[in-house]
Amino acid sequence: MLEVRNLAVNYRGVCGLDHVSFKIEPGQLVGILGPNGAGKSTMLKAMLGLVPVSSGLVNYCTGPLHQQLERVAYVPQRSQIDWDYPITVWNVVMMARTRQLGWFRRPGRAAQEIVKTALDRVEMTHLKQRRIGELSGGQQQRVFLARALAQQADIFLFDEPFAGVDKKTEAIILEVFEELRSQGKILLVSNHDWGQSLTRLDRLLLLNQRLIADGSPQEVMTPENLQSAYGGSLQTPLYQDVDTNLFC
Amino acid sequence: MLNLLTEPLTYGFMQNALAISTLVGILCPVVGSYLIVQRMALLGDVIAHCVLPGMSLSFFFGIDILIGAFGSGILGSFLIGWIRSQSRVKVDAAMALTFSTFFALGITLITVLKNKIDLDSFLFGDVLGVTSTDIYRTLIISLVILIVVRLFYKELLFYTFDRTGAQAIGLPINAIHFGFMAAITLTVIASMKAVGVILVISLLVGPALTAYLLVKELHQMMLLGSMIGVIVSFAGVYLSYYQNVPSGPAIVLVSSTLFLFTFLFSPTQGILTRPEPASRSARLLRKLRFIRRAE
Repeated sequence: MLEVRNLAVNYRGVCGLDHVSFKIEPGQLVGILGPNGAGKSTMLKAMLGLVPVSSGLVNYCTGPLHQQLERVAYVPQRSQIDWDYPITVWNVVMMARTRQLGWFRRPGRAAQEIVKTALDRVEMTHLKQRRIGELSGGQQQRVFLARALAQQADIFLFDEPFAGVDKKTEAIILEVFEELRSQGKILLVSNHDWGQSLTRLDRLLLLNQRLIADGSPQEVMTPENLQSAYGGSLQTPLYQDVDTNLFC
Repeated sequence: MLNLLTEPLTYGFMQNALAISTLVGILCPVVGSYLIVQRMALLGDVIAHCVLPGMSLSFFFGIDILIGAFGSGILGSFLIGWIRSQSRVKVDAAMALTFSTFFALGITLITVLKNKIDLDSFLFGDVLGVTSTDIYRTLIISLVILIVVRLFYKELLFYTFDRTGAQAIGLPINAIHFGFMAAITLTVIASMKAVGVILVISLLVGPALTAYLLVKELHQMMLLGSMIGVIVSFAGVYLSYYQNVPSGPAIVLVSSTLFLFTFLFSPTQGILTRPEPASRSARLLRKLRFIRRAE
């Protein structure tokens, strides 16, 4: 079981995340919803210790999660990556095996097999020798999904995986999520607009610095909850996503 | 024709010059490739200027310049990171202030300590005055950096492509960052005699950038970059010998000319030769991405 207790982030006096607590059982697909700047990315990063945390604990099974990072696959927002980087699809997915291979060792046949299976699953094998910058946004997202799969992790954290992707990619991502769920994995996925996919979730966390609601999508998506997350109107604010800008 | 190439080799100083040019021509594009893909190209220039105070002090105390220059280059890069992390100051402004201050401090120290540093050769290189100590120093630095890059290639690839992702799998990103600062500083020191600190940035960036327009993977960029680096260094040294121009600027001008040529005529990315429909759609895509980001 993954347990987050009283997790809080302050950045130069600005509150990024306000004492959030929740638990996730294996085999659960949990969504995070909130306006821009609500702390969705910050929470995912804070769980892994990627940003300085002012208080709180994140435990998985027997100990702190940040000591078991090899069991976590984290997929950052697409906007954090320089897509002009000179690297092929194949080698991006191969990065997943970096930790498992260990220092000084180069990937062998086993690693190649894992990478090939992951690329097959997201229907990207035919483009494996392409430079990553030559792909569409959706294809790039699928490559990152393949990289997460090739990590063979127990916990999957996705930061805005549906941002700017095509229908086909969206469908593939949702299928893969359900497969991982049925394998007993833990999935935590942030999204600023879930739309129709809301029904696929086991649980939804509504976030705006603090955790406003936690429950099944029907329980969470009430007018009162949304009012307190988004304020007066349901329109998302126009300012830039604070999470991405603060910590780059 | 052959005589033109072999005749200079009868002189010891030309042998030394070509030896150090080869080493620097291989080393700089490898380190430079990492700078380019991390959008840190100017950091090479900044650190190059930051080594001056350390040089002056090590001359004064009679210790190897490697120690002083290394210490002061690293100190400069740390100062930039510290200013940035402690305030709202952005990295470009922190870099501008730090490197000019270090440079000014270096010049002042040279005057105050009455160093016998030849400022001209420090700034612009003096490849025809290379000693065997210089060659050994450059050789050792090059070997160390190339071996480290080879050993940690997959970790460095992950780190430079996706730093957050690398941190998320538990790679020691602070140690890697320090390693890069150390490698850049050492590369600057290794290249000082060949091109000088003002122009070393060109050898770091030029050949690697030329390769960037021709290949699709980082290790290819390093390999091709190193080949180009050796070619332009040789060409620069010969030009310097026959035309009696300073060697540093000669190397840099050859390197930049080669880049310009590739920029125009690269089969996939040259502005005159790239496949037109692809580039039009690429432009559209880029525009779309820009709009999406702006939203």
